[in-house]
Amino acid sequence: MSYGRIEVVTGHDEAEAELSLEVGSASANGVGRSPHHVHIEPPRGWISLGLRDLWEYRELAYFLVWRDIKVRYKQTALGAAWAVIQPFFTMVVFSLFFGRLAKIPSDGIPYPVFSYAGLLPWTFFSNALTQSSDSLVSSANLIRKVFFPRLVIPIASVLAGVVDFALAFLMLLFLLGYYRIAPTAHVIWLIPFFALAMTTALGVGLWLAALNVKFRDVRYVVPFIAQIWMFITPIAYPSSLLHEPWKTLYGLNPMAGVVEGFRWALLGSHTTPGSMIFASAGASAAILIGGIFYFRRMEKTFADTV
Amino acid sequence: MNDVAIRAEGLSKEYLVGHRQRYQTLRESIVKLITSPKHLRRPRRKATRDQDDRMWAVKDATFEIKAGEVIGVVGRNGAGKSTLLKLLSRITDPTEGSADIYGRVGSLLEVGTGFHNELTGRENVLLNGAILGMKRFEIQKQFDNIVAFAEVERFIDMPVKHYSSGMYLRLAFAVAAHLEPDTLLVDEVLAVGDMAFQKRCLGKMNDVAKQGRTVLFVSHNMGAVRALCERGLVIDRGQIVHQGPIGESIARYYQLTDTTSTHGSALPATGSTRFGTVKLEGRESSTVDQSESMEVSVDLRIADEISGLTLLCLLVDMQQRTVFHLREDSSSFASRKSWKGVHTIRLTVPPMWLEPGMYSLYFKALLQGQTTSGRHVSDSLNIDISGSASGWGAVLTPRATWEIRETGE
Repeated sequence: MSYGRIEVVTGHDEAEAELSLEVGSASANGVGRSPHHVHIEPPRGWISLGLRDLWEYRELAYFLVWRDIKVRYKQTALGAAWAVIQPFFTMVVFSLFFGRLAKIPSDGIPYPVFSYAGLLPWTFFSNALTQSSDSLVSSANLIRKVFFPRLVIPIASVLAGVVDFALAFLMLLFLLGYYRIAPTAHVIWLIPFFALAMTTALGVGLWLAALNVKFRDVRYVVPFIAQIWMFITPIAYPSSLLHEPWKTLYGLNPMAGVVEGFRWALLGSHTTPGSMIFASAGASAAILIGGIFYFRRMEKTFADTV
Repeated sequence: MNDVAIRAEGLSKEYLVGHRQRYQTLRESIVKLITSPKHLRRPRRKATRDQDDRMWAVKDATFEIKAGEVIGVVGRNGAGKSTLLKLLSRITDPTEGSADIYGRVGSLLEVGTGFHNELTGRENVLLNGAILGMKRFEIQKQFDNIVAFAEVERFIDMPVKHYSSGMYLRLAFAVAAHLEPDTLLVDEVLAVGDMAFQKRCLGKMNDVAKQGRTVLFVSHNMGAVRALCERGLVIDRGQIVHQGPIGESIARYYQLTDTTSTHGSALPATGSTRFGTVKLEGRESSTVDQSESMEVSVDLRIADEISGLTLLCLLVDMQQRTVFHLREDSSSFASRKSWKGVHTIRLTVPPMWLEPGMYSLYFKALLQGQTTSGRHVSDSLNIDISGSASGWGAVLTPRATWEIRETGE
């Protein structure tokens, strides 16, 4: 009760249902026997994460992801090919200018594979970031007319990028084959590293999405953030240019950890990320938790301001 | 059924007028943050010092609705009806008070929320169903019924951007109509589409009501409200001013609209030349049977000398269509020396065999003169036409004589 602005009490929580009734309203005649009971009252105090509500609406999240993917592939002429074209051509340009001309070191790995392994999670991250920060504003009509946990929207827009990532990943396998690089057993670590990219994108996306409802300036800030962030992430260059303790500190940029992690897991680059990854995971968790709380705090005003 | 479906206690919602419509820019916020850092910690609404900036969209709403009741929520535009539904459907949080809702709630504040033009009819049904809170197996179970109700079987795998607006609306409504919550909150969804479609929607709503669901139905269509609802809540300026049997509620609603509604330019534009109240002569209520003639009267005070005037009387239906537009020039009345003073205008309208429903009647006067010229419009009189409906959305239902005779081999 102390945490909740709205409580959905389902059947197996009869005791709680009665409790919230006592607190919420004075008259107690005719307590409903219906399994669902919703108590509505002004938001007060600190906010819960609302994970139970979120779980109730998991199907909606699924449908929103499905819609985003369908629409994206229906509206574009090249459809799914974009998921590969974007990182591939960036890789070509990077290889030409940074690899060939600027002769940036690549930890002994062929530069195209080196940069593509970085661009792969990066492209996912930057798309997820852009989509999720715009997600609330572009779903304004839903927010004004239908109730559901608002967290569903940015989560769905991050998840929708997974398909693109999978397609771009196939391109990576092709590159690995071309350069005859066999992935090591570390490859299993890709899953947690990808999860790290997702939580980071969601964390930042939540902050920006909630801010975007209130300040429309955010729309113009996001591309700028994405650009700067790309340069401070070791995509075109290796983080082995740095020495400890600076390298661990560099890991506070969660995407630095993700990119180096990807390279390590896929290409067996000799730079084991170690402490850098811990810094990244910590930073990412902090961003995500802060983002969820900020989002939940702002959530109550979305329908009135969006 | 004596269970409570909805109980509200002092439910209130306050909006910041002005701030609500405007987006804050980052620069303003930063400036505010620097000048008074407490904004960081306090919610925005407490930060305003000015009482005038605030408006109670809903104030102190206390009511109880039993399971299975069908309630009409009526009130003028901006009275707070939609805000009340938004509060009950949890789209926005109350500022004060509380409410308890028992059972699953489905809210239908708009038809076709979340429809996407690029997706096919089939895909939109799935998506929209999920948005309205249906589980996947429920949607699949109802899918064929939905498509049949909407009559779009042939087009179901076509993107809805190629649909006609009628098909689009039918499909959107069909999804919503097959929601099966315990309590349904409906806002004015019948205000869309052509008459035939509205009839279908009403019919479906009627079915829903008969299934024993609790329905909260917001509408301006008094005909629909009267047909569907047992009880009414009348809201004015955010407050519930009446709750009771639907007939009383509708009467109360008309009292509210009668005193305040005006058409076109306001009354006191030129001195004190103005209309009095439009009255239905010889009747206690505002109900007239479609077979009866009626007599309406209105007083008109003309403050200045004029050379002549034109009188108009208009009858408008609920869709704002003009049913009649009668015009009479002063030259056709008995000639007189002066028009200055108070006149009583009487108009007798023969039986019109109108389709039953709500109509509104008002007068206009166009004055010609050297010093004053202008248009004066009376308040409108709401007339409730009773009788039997054609059921096909016709304007008139005259009693015609049919004859069929064999005239050849």
